[in-house]
Amino acid sequence: MERELRLMKGNEAVAEAAIRAGVDGYFGYPITPQSEIIEYLMEADPAKTTGMVVVQAESEVAAINMVYGGAGCGKKVMTTSSSPGISLKQEGITYIAGAELPCVIVNVVRGGPGLGTIQPAQSDYFQAVKGGGHGDYHLIVLAPASVQEMADFVGLGFDLAFKYRNPVMILSDGAIGQMMEKVWLDPPRERSKEIPEWATTGKTADRKRNIITSLELDPFRQEVFNRKLVEKYDAIRENEVRFEEYLCEDAEYLLVAYGTSARVCQKAVQLAREQGIKAGLLRPITLFPFPTKRISELAGQLKMALAVEMSAGQMVEDVQLSINGKIPVHYYGRMGGMVPTPDEVVENLKERIIGG
Amino acid sequence: MKEITGIKEYIKPENLVYRKSSLLTDDIMHYCPGCGHSTTHRILAEIIEEEGIQQDTIGISPVGCSVFLYNYIDIDWQEAAHGRAPAIATAIKRLLPDKFVFTYQGDGDLAAIGTAETIHSCNRGENILIIFINNGIYGMTGGQMAPTTLPGMKSSTSPYGRDVATMGNPLKITDIVATLPGTFYVTRQSVHTPANVRRTKRVMRKAFQYQKLNRGTCFIEIVSNCPSGWKMTPVQANKWMEENMFPWYPLGDLKVPEEQQDQQPKTE
Repeated sequence: MERELRLMKGNEAVAEAAIRAGVDGYFGYPITPQSEIIEYLMEADPAKTTGMVVVQAESEVAAINMVYGGAGCGKKVMTTSSSPGISLKQEGITYIAGAELPCVIVNVVRGGPGLGTIQPAQSDYFQAVKGGGHGDYHLIVLAPASVQEMADFVGLGFDLAFKYRNPVMILSDGAIGQMMEKVWLDPPRERSKEIPEWATTGKTADRKRNIITSLELDPFRQEVFNRKLVEKYDAIRENEVRFEEYLCEDAEYLLVAYGTSARVCQKAVQLAREQGIKAGLLRPITLFPFPTKRISELAGQLKMALAVEMSAGQMVEDVQLSINGKIPVHYYGRMGGMVPTPDEVVENLKERIIGG
Repeated sequence: MKEITGIKEYIKPENLVYRKSSLLTDDIMHYCPGCGHSTTHRILAEIIEEEGIQQDTIGISPVGCSVFLYNYIDIDWQEAAHGRAPAIATAIKRLLPDKFVFTYQGDGDLAAIGTAETIHSCNRGENILIIFINNGIYGMTGGQMAPTTLPGMKSSTSPYGRDVATMGNPLKITDIVATLPGTFYVTRQSVHTPANVRRTKRVMRKAFQYQKLNRGTCFIEIVSNCPSGWKMTPVQANKWMEENMFPWYPLGDLKVPEEQQDQQPKTE
C-alpha cells in the first residue's frame, strides 16, 4: 500500500498515526489543546478494525498507570495530554522509567505555571528533558515542528521506546497540535504479535516469573541498576541525536530553536540574510539527547548563538552547556501563549550584534 | 514443658494432611507473626494452583506491607505505584482479556490514595478481581491512621484516638462499590479462624471463576489484623478485631450475582 495524503490537525495526525502504527492501547483524559486526539480515536473506533483499545480514564494519573500496565504486558501503548495533565502523569512516568517500560507520551504544551493558558508554549522543556518526576532518569524527547512530524514521530517514538525499553515523549505545543497541514500517512501496520521476554502475559513452564517493578531496597543493587540506566542514557546520547540544519554552512550567527519556534526562526534566518546578516538555524529534533556535539562544532565558526523559545529561557541552558563559553549565547522568547514573529527575532538578533 | 523428641518419626506419608502450594516460593515471608497477609497469600496461591491458571494469571501488588507479594507467589506480577493497581489491572485486562487479572491492596492504598482508581475501575465494571486487606492501619510505614481506622482508635498519627470531628469517619468503601452497577460480586470476609479461612478460599475461588463470565468487577474485602501496629499479641489482635472491627465491617456478602442459580459456576 502507498502513503496517503491528508489535510489534518496535528492532534488528529497523532491519532491516525497511532492506529496506522499498530498501537495496541491508548489511555487518555481530555484537556485543551489536545482533546482532538481522544475524540478522533473514539470516533475512529479502531477496536473494530485493528483491535486497538481506547480508554477514557478517570484522570491523567489513572491514564499513565494504564500505560504502565499495558507496557508491562509488552504492548505498544500511549497516552497524550497537555501541560497540567503531564504534571499529574509525572508519578507514573518515573515508575515507567524505573521499571524500564516502553511507551509514548505526547505533551501538547500550553502556557503555565498552574492552569496558565490554553495557548501554545514551550515552557515544559525542563520537565521533559531534565526529569519531571523524581529520581535519576531520562525520557527520549522528540520535538515535532510540523503536522507531518506529529504523525511520523508516533512510529519513530515506539521504535526508540522498544529499542531502549524507555519512555519516549513527543514534546509538541498547542500550535502544532491545532494547526492543519497536509500530511503523508504511512500505510497501516499490523499490530505486533511478538511478546518481549520480560512481558507479564502469564508465567509459562519454560521461563521464570516476570516481575515489572521499580523497587529495590538493597542500596548496592539499586546503585547497580542506576548505573545500568546511566549506561543506557549514554548509548542514547551516542546513537539517537537528531537535528536539522538550515543555512549553517557559512553562518556567523546561529539560531537554535525547536517546534513552533523553529518554524518562526527559519523565516527569521531568511529575513536576516536579506539584510546581510549571515544567520543559520539549528533545529534540535531530539531534545534528549540534545545535539550538543554539533552545536559545539559550529561554535568554532560562529560569533554568537541565540536560543529562541516560547518560555522564560530553558533550552538556552543546554545551548550554553554545548558552547561552553566559546562564544556569547543569548536567549529570546515569548511566554504565556504568545508566539514570537520572525521580525521580532531578527530585531533581537540585530540588537545583540550591536550590543556585542 | 515436655521436650518434643523424635519428631522425624511422625513425618511419614500417611501423616501428611497438608502441603505447601507449589506456587508459594521458598522466600521467607517478611510478615509479623499473626498477620493475616501470609494466610491470604496461601489461599491465593492454592486457588491459582488448583484452578490450573498459573500461566493465565497476572497479579498486581501494591505499595504497603504486601509490596513484596511478587516474591512469594510464582506468577507474573506488576508492582503498582501507591493506589494505582486498579488502573494497571484495567489496562492489562483490556489488552489481555483472556487472562485472570487481580489486584491485592491494603486500606491506605485502596481507600485513601487510590480511591479514584478503585471507584472508577469498579464503576466501569472492569472484569478484574480486587482483593482488599483492611486492617485499619498503615502497617508498613509504622502504624499511622488509615481511612478505615475506627473512631477513637489510636495510631501514630492519631495518638489520642481517631477524632472523627477532625479526622473523618472510617470509610466503608466496600459498601460504596457494592452500590455501583459495575460490580458483579462484593463480599467481606476474614482469615482469622480455620472456618473463616475456608470460607474466604471458597469465595475467592468463586471470584476467579466469575472472571470467565465477563460480567464486571469482583471485590473481596478481608477484614484483617495488625498485631504490630495495634501493639497486641496475635491472639489479642484477633479478639480485638472480632469485638471492634467486625461491628463496623460486618462479614458476609454485600452483593451477589442476580441470576446466581443460572450463572454461578460450580464451586468445589
